Amino acid sequence: MNGATDPRGDAHPASAVQAISAAALISLRADMLKFAQFQVRNAETAEDLVQESIEAALKQSSTFAGRSTLKTWVFAILRNRIIDHVRQANRTVSASSLHEDDENWLERQDAVFSENGRWRDSARPQAWPSPEESMQSQQFWRIFETCLDHLPPNTGRVFMMREFLGFDTAEICSQLGITSTNLHVILHRARMKLRGCMEAGWGRPGETAC
Amino acid sequence: MLNCVEVTEICSLELEQPLPIGRRLGLGMHLMMCSGCTNYRKQLGLLRQIAQAYADGRAATDVSRLGESSPD
Repeated sequence: MNGATDPRGDAHPASAVQAISAAALISLRADMLKFAQFQVRNAETAEDLVQESIEAALKQSSTFAGRSTLKTWVFAILRNRIIDHVRQANRTVSASSLHEDDENWLERQDAVFSENGRWRDSARPQAWPSPEESMQSQQFWRIFETCLDHLPPNTGRVFMMREFLGFDTAEICSQLGITSTNLHVILHRARMKLRGCMEAGWGRPGETAC
Repeated sequence: MLNCVEVTEICSLELEQPLPIGRRLGLGMHLMMCSGCTNYRKQLGLLRQIAQAYADGRAATDVSRLGESSPD
């Protein structure tokens, strides 16, 4: 795995480091930090994880084969560190904090669905523009980040454990001390909110976001 | 007959576990008649791909953020 640091990495001569310049890694720092901050709410911890990942990347630079982009490679290192951190942090989610996340859910559902459970015309999902093209644009990713920021804290955390870090559902349940029913409800709400926000910000050009 | 509220729940569940045959049939019937849920289902799959691309560091780097957090 990419998370394993070569213990003798310190002894690498400068030439190994030249394959990946420190400047190139530092240029990725802001994106790495943003990614870490979504999942690690403590700002200092997020900074530390990013810093450690950059240092580990420099030490392991000889293992960067160039088959992926530098950013993808260094994100794999960072992701593994976040996974380790999340596992160690052993955070449980209380039923009451999940309940707080649910405030306004029913009202929002009323705005989206009519009494007979069908989409209201104003909220019916529309076809989206080509995702492949959009994913090349910075604007698209800024909208995605804004929409992630809009998720309620616990909802967002659970969604990111599943979709960013790739935890399986059983591990999320045991880590957070929730039932699989809770988990499915949280993921469903996260996806619905995120989808609605993405459609408002990007899927319907010209209309204002969220 | 499933309504759209139920179908949105099923579309999320479907990303987590295989659906029983009865649910799959009910979903298929609903989707044939409902463009909103058809788009919804497609877009949930897309959201998963988007999230994976983001976590994989494949998001376009925001040049405006460069230098914003240089360590010095």
